[in-house]
Amino acid sequence: MITIAHASKAFGDFLALHDVSLDIPTGSLTALLGPSGSGKSTLLRAIAGLDDLDGGTVTIGGADVTQVVPQKRGIGFVFQHYAAFKHMTVRDNIAFGLSIRRRPKAEIRRRVDELLEVVGLEVFQNRYPAQLSGGQRQRMALARALAVDPQVLLLDEPFGALDAKVRADLRRWLRRLHDEVHVTTVLVTHDQEEALDIADRIALLHKGRIEQVGTPDDLYDRPANEFVMSFLGSVSRLGGRLVRPHDIVLERAAGGSAVDGGIRATVRRIVRLGFEVRVELQDDDGAEFTAQLTRGDVEALALREGDAVVASSARGTPFEEPSLAVTVAS
Amino acid sequence: MRLRTGARLTARTVALAYLTVLVILPVAVILWRSFGEGIGGFLASVTTPAAISAFNLSLLIVAIVVPLNVVFGVTVALALVRGRFPGRGALQAVVDLPFAVSPIVVGVALILLWGVGGWFGGVEALGVKVIFGLPGMVLATIFVTMPFVVREVEPVLHEIGQEQEQAAATLGASSWQAFWRVTLPAIRWGLTYGVVLTVARSLGEFGAVIMVSSGFPGVSETLTLLVHGRYLDDHNTFGAYCAATLLMAMAVVALVLMTLLDRKRSTR
Repeated sequence: MITIAHASKAFGDFLALHDVSLDIPTGSLTALLGPSGSGKSTLLRAIAGLDDLDGGTVTIGGADVTQVVPQKRGIGFVFQHYAAFKHMTVRDNIAFGLSIRRRPKAEIRRRVDELLEVVGLEVFQNRYPAQLSGGQRQRMALARALAVDPQVLLLDEPFGALDAKVRADLRRWLRRLHDEVHVTTVLVTHDQEEALDIADRIALLHKGRIEQVGTPDDLYDRPANEFVMSFLGSVSRLGGRLVRPHDIVLERAAGGSAVDGGIRATVRRIVRLGFEVRVELQDDDGAEFTAQLTRGDVEALALREGDAVVASSARGTPFEEPSLAVTVAS
Repeated sequence: MRLRTGARLTARTVALAYLTVLVILPVAVILWRSFGEGIGGFLASVTTPAAISAFNLSLLIVAIVVPLNVVFGVTVALALVRGRFPGRGALQAVVDLPFAVSPIVVGVALILLWGVGGWFGGVEALGVKVIFGLPGMVLATIFVTMPFVVREVEPVLHEIGQEQEQAAATLGASSWQAFWRVTLPAIRWGLTYGVVLTVARSLGEFGAVIMVSSGFPGVSETLTLLVHGRYLDDHNTFGAYCAATLLMAMAVVALVLMTLLDRKRSTR
């Protein structure tokens, strides 16, 4: 368990963390999610001890480590830009932490072999980081962090510098790795899809505060406020209610005028994105909104641009509207 | 096309002529004069007691100056790149001062500071002869070579940033271990170039050293002073050429050694 209590940190006038408290359960894979400048990286670096907090405490496994140097926190840290030791081979990079701990040579060899296999870099073990691709470098960095058996694995935008395909592969690979190794993992990301895909728990940060903590489903289906809702996916405003575009149901106006709570609207544009179809609409008051349908739905309705439809949603705004006003004002 | 070829040829000829007159010819003349009477004459001239003493003194100064410049050069570079302290801008400027100040001024300044009646002149009463002794020559050489290591290491430190050191820290390395195992290997190219330049400049320094040396042949003459002394005082032009050739040979050896060392390391 990692416990952060009342953490605050300022860089000059900029408040990076504002009285943040968060519990991270042992063995979980928690994502610290948020836009840039939200304080997520600062929070991660505070857990690692790479940045000092102005106030508050960090507890790892029951021990208060607020004043403890990074060397003694039992952590592994993976940087966005790999921070590979450029003058060392892959093997020596992975062995670094063990060699610092003066472990016997045979033990180091065994452990490094093991990790090379886990990250699939056996054939590259004698190469230098410059001779590896970005994805390979990041796997090396992960192996290096795991080599010292950390209590906690901290990843700072680990896939941020990689292209989309490699990122998706590595993401899946990391999830599988976590299921095997079970080390408490905290991952910083600004990509909501990544957080929803990989994490057991998400803490969503915004302007140095935590907006909501919960499972991916909690945050997606039961967002605490408009910021959370719109950060985790697209949002449409359907006659004063906030709904997900894929929760909107369209019916032809002729036969569906009686739909309870339905909003009359006109189809402005239909965009086909493979299986998904994005329908851009305008209601009778002139407000524009978007519905997300499947190709089948659109074909069944024989929808054309200019058609009059009735839009409705079974779900209402998942949070109380007053909190909306507060968020907008802040 | 013809014209462009012509222009190119002209540019090359000019460049070559420039180099020939200013660099190649002087070197060639010295070599020719040194070895004109065969290798025997040259060897005899560079193995006189005064020459051997000058050779040893030059090497001794290099041996003292290089480690000092490496330690303080790297420290200053680290302070300039990583430090956030008042007066950092001033330190930046001070580091470049030796490039701007004429060596002879350095010599004069050292005499004013360390000579009889100077601020630190008192050390002479304690039995340490700075001016007209080895310490003075070392101080003069340190002054003129100080910027080399700093200015070669600084950009490399900028480029590598601090992430590798932070990674080392999270893996359990103390700052000392991180420095030896991560930072130092990362800056070794810059450091090596800084050392090569320091060695070459230390061997070749004349103006600052002549001011603070007592200039006795066989006692306090470096190789550059030997060349000067033989030529002007002894009217021994041949001996001056031979000493100059030796000086050049040492600089070339330093350059080649460092290059080989680097190549060996980088292919390891």
